[in-house]
Amino acid sequence: MITLLLIFFPLVAALMLLLVKGEQVKKIALGAAIVEFAISMFAVFQFQKNADTQFELNYAWIKSMGINFHVGMDGISLLLVILTTFLVPIIILTSFNKQYKNPSAFYSLILAMQFALIGVFVSLDGFLFYIFWELALIPIYFICLLWGGDDRARITFKFFVYTLAGSLLMLAGLIYLYQFTPNHTFDIKALYAAGQSLDVVHQGYVFWAMFMAFAIKMPVFPFHTWQPDTYTTAPTQGTMLLSGIMLKMGTYGVIRWLLPIAPLGVEHYAHLAITLAVIGILYASTIAIVQKDFKRLIAYSSIAHVGLIAAGILAGNVQGVQGSMIQMLSHGVNVVGLFFIVDLIQTRTNTRDLHSLGGIRNVNPQFAVLFLIVLLGSVALPLTNGFIGEFLLLNGVYQYSAWMAAFAGISVILGAVYMLRSYQSIMLGETNALTSSFAPLTGNEKAVLVIICAAIIAFGVFPKPLLDIVEPSVIKLVDGFNLAIGK
Amino acid sequence: MIKLVWLVPLLPLIGFMIIGFFGKKLSKGLVGTIASGAVLGAFAVSLGIFFELGGQTEKSVTIDLFSWITAGKLSIPFSFLVDPLSSLFLLIITGIGFLIHLYSIGYMHDDEGFSRFFAYLNLFVFFMLLLVLGSNYLIMFVGWEGVGLCSYLLIGFWFKNTAYNNAAKKAFIMNRIGDLGFLLGIILIFVTFGSISYNEVFEQAKHFIGDNSVITAIALLLFIGAMGKSAQLPLYTWLPDAMAGPTPVSALIHAATMVTAGIYMVSRSNILYTLSPFAMEVVAVVGVCTALFAATIGLAQNDIKKVLAYSTVSQLGYMFLALGVGAYTGAVFHVMTHAFFKALLFLGAGSVIHAMSGEQDIRKMGGLKKYIPITHLTFLLGTLAIVGFPGFSGFFSKDEILAHAWEHNKLLWFLGVLGAAMTTFYMFRLYFLTFKGSFRGTHDQEHHLHESPKSMTIPLIVLAVLSVVGGLIGIPEVLGGHHYLEAYLKPVFEDSSLRLVHHLSHETEYILMGVAISVMALAMYFAYNKYVKNKTLPANEGETLNPIHNLVYKKYLIDELYENVIMKPINFIGEALHKVVDNQIVDGIVNGFGSMVTGVSGVIRKAQSGNIGFYVFVMVISIVLILFTQLF
Amino acid sequence: MSAIQIIPINWYILLSAVLFTIGVLGVLFRRNAIIIFMSVELMLNAVNLLLVAFSTYLSDSAGQVFVFFIMAVAAAEVAVGLAILMSVYRNTKSTDIYMLNKLKG
Repeated sequence: MITLLLIFFPLVAALMLLLVKGEQVKKIALGAAIVEFAISMFAVFQFQKNADTQFELNYAWIKSMGINFHVGMDGISLLLVILTTFLVPIIILTSFNKQYKNPSAFYSLILAMQFALIGVFVSLDGFLFYIFWELALIPIYFICLLWGGDDRARITFKFFVYTLAGSLLMLAGLIYLYQFTPNHTFDIKALYAAGQSLDVVHQGYVFWAMFMAFAIKMPVFPFHTWQPDTYTTAPTQGTMLLSGIMLKMGTYGVIRWLLPIAPLGVEHYAHLAITLAVIGILYASTIAIVQKDFKRLIAYSSIAHVGLIAAGILAGNVQGVQGSMIQMLSHGVNVVGLFFIVDLIQTRTNTRDLHSLGGIRNVNPQFAVLFLIVLLGSVALPLTNGFIGEFLLLNGVYQYSAWMAAFAGISVILGAVYMLRSYQSIMLGETNALTSSFAPLTGNEKAVLVIICAAIIAFGVFPKPLLDIVEPSVIKLVDGFNLAIGK
Repeated sequence: MIKLVWLVPLLPLIGFMIIGFFGKKLSKGLVGTIASGAVLGAFAVSLGIFFELGGQTEKSVTIDLFSWITAGKLSIPFSFLVDPLSSLFLLIITGIGFLIHLYSIGYMHDDEGFSRFFAYLNLFVFFMLLLVLGSNYLIMFVGWEGVGLCSYLLIGFWFKNTAYNNAAKKAFIMNRIGDLGFLLGIILIFVTFGSISYNEVFEQAKHFIGDNSVITAIALLLFIGAMGKSAQLPLYTWLPDAMAGPTPVSALIHAATMVTAGIYMVSRSNILYTLSPFAMEVVAVVGVCTALFAATIGLAQNDIKKVLAYSTVSQLGYMFLALGVGAYTGAVFHVMTHAFFKALLFLGAGSVIHAMSGEQDIRKMGGLKKYIPITHLTFLLGTLAIVGFPGFSGFFSKDEILAHAWEHNKLLWFLGVLGAAMTTFYMFRLYFLTFKGSFRGTHDQEHHLHESPKSMTIPLIVLAVLSVVGGLIGIPEVLGGHHYLEAYLKPVFEDSSLRLVHHLSHETEYILMGVAISVMALAMYFAYNKYVKNKTLPANEGETLNPIHNLVYKKYLIDELYENVIMKPINFIGEALHKVVDNQIVDGIVNGFGSMVTGVSGVIRKAQSGNIGFYVFVMVISIVLILFTQLF
Repeated sequence: MSAIQIIPINWYILLSAVLFTIGVLGVLFRRNAIIIFMSVELMLNAVNLLLVAFSTYLSDSAGQVFVFFIMAVAAAEVAVGLAILMSVYRNTKSTDIYMLNKLKG
């Protein structure tokens, strides 16, 4: 029941929101998101720390094609549900000082997005997964298209077509697998069995069909070119949804669907895919160093971080996969914090250009401290959340290949270079005309940053509760994977 | 007392939190008291632990706090290890840390960032204590990166100054390069031994059978980390720049404690190095090269803090030389004595700068002896200690290192003595130019010259005493003393010392000692001759120097080299990747697919002529064709 | 044997083929929309003729029923079609189909 509630509560809230007019729509949206968070917390407390799928529901939906409304959560799903329900209220709160035109539609779309995202993370039926996967694209498309910045129509269209193309490949892969299920069903177990019954060549086809979809969503080099433009152009809340939660659909997809369905394919092509991911890490980090637009810089840094997550998952060991789970959460929190900081700076100074900023610390030391903490989380300093994931991921990749880990690790250095560089040119030095009137943070802005900073430190020092949620599921998954590839 | 070890890092952390959150509302006196009090409390506990550990037979106690990270068979507890090595470092860190806190109260009194400074300082002490207390490599890494962060914050303490900010950034990034090596080393340890806790790793390493190259790889990766943190070639350039921070920071972080973290790490992992002769050789060679290289640069610098900075790099080189030749105790001994005299020298320099109203150029000083007598005397004692004047602390530790170097390889010894000679020369050059002769600064500066307040001179006096007598805990056997330190640290280095046999005849040791002392005396005489008798002054800016002198004065242009060989190419590649590869090629291909569809549709759309007659005609023809294909 | 059956079936087939071809050619070569429309009707009726003929020959009334359906639908179609033509004419003042090429790709 709780799964149903988690999925449909945001949808109902989204529809109700359309009826509301005026200022209070923000507050209602925030209230709904907080209620959703409370529901997810309830689920966390009900959750038994083992590898089983819990809160499972299975209703027949389209019987003739073997499609069921089959949902449930294991640790992996639950962690991403927590991520979603934790970030959505924060994202809504970040918009409190903004005046978007047609606010009821805006907030309704955010909640609709949440509905689809939760659906993606709890679906246990291939077709249902695909439906939610595509559903998630619609609200974000409109958010970017209607409230985005310059040149949004072209950029949003490219984003839409690009991800849609990937999704279609995934659909093709799912239908292909469907042919091999004994009773013609899209149920996850049957698809697993069908995938594993194929030989390495055919698993390779399935691998690429599905990996393309996930790689575009994440995005992994060289399928990333939609991302910097889209992140830069989308309204801040859209960027946060995209980078904080939506890209985790891709990494989640690899864990939930790709590893168990095509283990031989993964094993066969992992080297290539990890190489791509590692190239992407270095590539994006190097590009980030020369960015002058802070928002774009973070967009590129996000490619680097996600590249490491992808590499860790594909390495196919416990440390890698578990690291990726923790890093998904950390990256979500940190990147939302960073994009919020961009937004704060932009609304106050009307620029994101690193060279024209400077000296904000003199005017607003409090903001400087909060920014620094988010930055440290993002460069993975120990005792921040970023470190736990990064350490486990590098560990996982190392077990796959020491050289890959060494190259991927260079991002640790490059990350420090571009983050410290931007911190210096934004916050330090002498104050200039643009920054001298930097307004103090308002109450809810402070609240957002404090929550994010608290999460960064808390989960850097005590990551255990989160690790405990995912560990059994990850071990089960990796054991299954190793069994399938005969290790 | 040992059970209370968690108090040691906790007290500075609490101090940091109180000052960090409420610093603005507290008075300066209270801030100073809280910060120093926290460190003093930690020192008291450390002292208790030190003696309790010395008295009991169980020399290694692990205290588990909580489980930090688990992933499959990787399980990392947050736990502390108390053993002779860590307890000695606890004493050094909290003891000298306290003195420097005390000093800072006077030194930073007029700074508007007073409370921020003490918050950072307390945070630093917290991380430094974590570094030495951790019972596994990852906790050490936490402290390792944490002190790097504090170093970044404190070097860039005056954050309006771009040069300082650049120095801070440089320090952090260079450290990160080393940290990557360290991190990969930790992972390799986990992959090899299935654990990263010291006890398990060393236990397994002792019985390690199989390919030694894994151990070598681990040792070298860890050493990359040490090179970054302890400013060894080629990652040393951040340390001289780090002098941008307030002087107490230079004393605490960039001389006495943080930079010796690399020595701590190697001596903690001594068994791994002992098992890999090649890695030890690398450590020794890097150490001796750094010692010489930095010493030559030190000969030509005119900034009082820069001279001391290069001297620090050089002394760290000696410590690595000691580690490389298997003199682990000697290295730790030198860490300790160096902490005393280098902290003293830096604080003395701070007192000089304080007296000179911020002037750091020794060409503008001179004759300060009579204005600031306490600073002068303590500085002189510090100088004698660092050059290894017989009986002073530096003499014993340096002697121990050189003796082991001789035993290992005569060339290493020769280079070590050469470096020691240079050390003597530049230290006395510094001393003579600063305190002897006549005052060369402006009239204004002369008018302001004054001895520093008590809170600054008391730490100087205490450190001076320690610099003089600190060596007495490690008098070599040959001089009829007892090496207390070696006995105390024995349990830590036991397994290594079983594998490394040291034997040197007493005659040889006497000769070595004699050579070292006479070389030192000679260098001292040269410096005296040049700077006191002949009253030579270093060239002013813009004067032409001979090419070699110029090259040394410009620090061998290493910074420029790094700038041109590393940073510029990275920026260039970044631009190229961004403008050409990303925007043109990768995105070009993606957009190419789009244009391909547009292009094809441009051709096909011609068929859609809008002419109904044509449509009907095509329809009829098609039907006829279909009929034909179906019928025939 | 009814009157229809006296004439051999081939003649019917031939006749309806001729009518149908005339209709096709009319659609292909005339420009006036109304004439094209009538040609379409001619084609429909050619088929109707064939249906009736076969239905009688095979003594299966289904064919004739079908013809009624087609006639009914054709009537409706004429009504709609003529209405469209009327509005086209009002807009373009012409019934020439070559004027109607606005949907050119």
